[in-house]
Amino acid sequence: MNPLGQWHSTRQGVAVDQAAVPTLPPEAFSAQVSASRQRGGRLANLFARRGAHDAVRLYAIVAFDASGTLELCAADLPGEAPAYPSIAATCPAAQAFEREIAEQYAVRPEGHPWLKPLRYHPPDRGTQPWGRFDPAETIPGNYPFFRVEGEEIHEVAVGPVHAGIIEPGHFRFQCHGEQVLHLEVVLGYQHRGAEALLAHPNPVRAILAAETVAGDSSIGHATAYCAAIEALGGTIVSPRAHAIRAIALELERLANHVGDLGALGADIGFLPTNAFLGRLRGDFLNLTCEICGNRFGRSLLRPGGILVDIDPALAQRLRLRLLELQTEVIEVLELFFSTPTVLARLEGVGILTAVQAADLGLVGPVARACGLGLDVRHDHPHGAYQFSHIPVAIEPSGDVYARAAVRWLEVQRSIEFLLEMLAAIPAGSIRAAMPSLRPNALAIGMAETWRGEAMHVAFTGADGSAQFVKAKDPSLHNWFGLAMAMRDQLISDFPLCNKSFSLSYAGHDL
Amino acid sequence: MISILRTRLHQGHQTNRFPQEVPALPARFRGRPQLSAGACADACHDCAAACPTGAIQTQGGLSLDLGRCVFCAECASACDAQVITFTNDHRMACSTRADLRITPEKMLQLAAPMADQLRRVLGRSLKLREVCAGSCNACDLDINVLTTVGWDLSRFGIQFVASPRHADGMVLTGPITHNMHHAVIETWNAIPHPKIAIAVGTCAIAGGPYIDCPQVHNGGEGILPRIDLFVPGCPPHPLTILDGLLRLIGRIADPQPEPGPGLAAPPPAPAPDDPVSRSTPRPDPSAPPPAPDAPAPLQPQSP
Repeated sequence: MNPLGQWHSTRQGVAVDQAAVPTLPPEAFSAQVSASRQRGGRLANLFARRGAHDAVRLYAIVAFDASGTLELCAADLPGEAPAYPSIAATCPAAQAFEREIAEQYAVRPEGHPWLKPLRYHPPDRGTQPWGRFDPAETIPGNYPFFRVEGEEIHEVAVGPVHAGIIEPGHFRFQCHGEQVLHLEVVLGYQHRGAEALLAHPNPVRAILAAETVAGDSSIGHATAYCAAIEALGGTIVSPRAHAIRAIALELERLANHVGDLGALGADIGFLPTNAFLGRLRGDFLNLTCEICGNRFGRSLLRPGGILVDIDPALAQRLRLRLLELQTEVIEVLELFFSTPTVLARLEGVGILTAVQAADLGLVGPVARACGLGLDVRHDHPHGAYQFSHIPVAIEPSGDVYARAAVRWLEVQRSIEFLLEMLAAIPAGSIRAAMPSLRPNALAIGMAETWRGEAMHVAFTGADGSAQFVKAKDPSLHNWFGLAMAMRDQLISDFPLCNKSFSLSYAGHDL
Repeated sequence: MISILRTRLHQGHQTNRFPQEVPALPARFRGRPQLSAGACADACHDCAAACPTGAIQTQGGLSLDLGRCVFCAECASACDAQVITFTNDHRMACSTRADLRITPEKMLQLAAPMADQLRRVLGRSLKLREVCAGSCNACDLDINVLTTVGWDLSRFGIQFVASPRHADGMVLTGPITHNMHHAVIETWNAIPHPKIAIAVGTCAIAGGPYIDCPQVHNGGEGILPRIDLFVPGCPPHPLTILDGLLRLIGRIADPQPEPGPGLAAPPPAPAPDDPVSRSTPRPDPSAPPPAPDAPAPLQPQSP
């Protein structure tokens, strides 16, 4: 046997025969997935799928970011009382994935350090390891929380309905005075069944689901979903369509980063940037609306390409508008980052180290703010990013300041990238016909959404129809990072920390 | 401090002048769909087959339900005769679910003002509690936009508040997941009477992209006792939401500025004693204390 274990090595956007993925006994599977970290691997996905004869098949996808490769392996578990040795026991990055598998397929990860529901829904069959599913009783938050006991300890519960206009989630703090000893994040309120819809026989319903996995990352998720489906179809997407997808993805990043930086201003009471950036965020959304008729980029992408073109006049208009916005954004953010009271409030709050970030498997700007150089656009480039490169923005300090500064760097670089792309959109058609998909295959699509790595893994059946699509939002990795960043912080810093992570509830809950 | 003032000077006054002036929308903006009469001769049903959410009916004449429409425009692409087109008119908010269904003959009936008595209480100071119950977050983000300096919602006396106890109504987004069902009902019950409910986005009206998924209800109907304003869109443009809110409080006067084709002027506000009046009138403060007939609190049901 290969000393590195049994893996199938591939890349994003490549179709793989399902039979080519090595299937291991559960013990060997867990051991080799855990050991892959020593080789420089990063657990990018771990999920299950119902196979033949009720068996559950586990899949692991380990990313080797330096070489741009993805390694796959699988394990078959019996239909009766399925179990395997927990990977999270040695590799904390697996904790949420294993909870998802336990919840969906009633599989027990033996030795999981803190096994509990992820989204609070019944399994497809069988009994979950926590042994109850009464719909009246099993609602999010109805769960024995981790508790700190002591005379001066108090507990703060927040949500699911929050003070602002945001998504629902529940936060339970164990505090000693102002100091947070522990934060437990309970989600699942947004669980609406997106994963099943992604494999809907009507392809339009499937892409609508991809666009609404996380509504603020419509382009990102649609890009990843299309990359997977197009790989299965062997479709050649034109460079023009790829370029316009990349333009839309960077506009999405700009709108959200600018909005988040403005919201950080509100959380620390520095209102000028909050007011100015709140409006500028809308200006970037309006550019997306100019392209496709919807501020969130809905119905721009379809497998095979895109639905609307950017003609030279529109490209020129977008460039001129971007140049104006660039001047404004730079002035407002230079004000923000040169004001001593702002920096004093951001620095040293909610620190995560690079080791913690790697252990927890964090991705996106949150990981880059801990000094990790992870970026799908750079590490696993697809489409336009294979030809036009964006420098990876890294800050080492791991605090709120670093998470803000990474966004600021990315705002500048995305604008430069857009100005370059809009001046030279490759010629060609915008949409290729989708042939039938390759049967019994799988393909992985990835995109660097503004929150980090989104991944869609699509499986076809013997008839070449999409049978199962696994969607992963970067938030699934990063919510635990927020909980760890709050340790020993003041509870009054929670809004600031939360906004600096700016995670998706819908993307986590699917 | 100097640099703050300098930036403030450069930024200038940013609030748009809606409703006196309607901000220009991009030419490609997909707003209110329109069905043209007469052209649908061959009865091909391609539009209905293309619609992912069943918004289009062709049996017994063509109709389109804006409550189900996700504005993907698959129907418009499927229709060679161009019977269905998407205008860039932002005005779409309606008072009743039935008003959202349009045909080539039946024009969209835009929202009417609240009943006079209710408008006297809430029309100049409307506090709303927003509850997201399974939305993808896009509707919530574009509701939030109304509170930015570009829109400055508070100049109309409308504010989003943190506590349902301080609210006069609920704005619902999302199809209502089973996991949010309980919280939606608790929040609704915590809002004092008289109160209104507003459904923003196609999810909250009929389920949207998640229509008929087993994990969700198909929107707020059947869970909230009534809905006073339906704002279609996936997500609705901030202008569509604001237009609906201002119609509800009677701040957009008739006739409309530049009424586009296919729109009917809203009917006058129902008289206070009108049996179809949609809200519980608030008792006169000098009158004896209230309303033993106020609706009983909703009970959560198991999903």
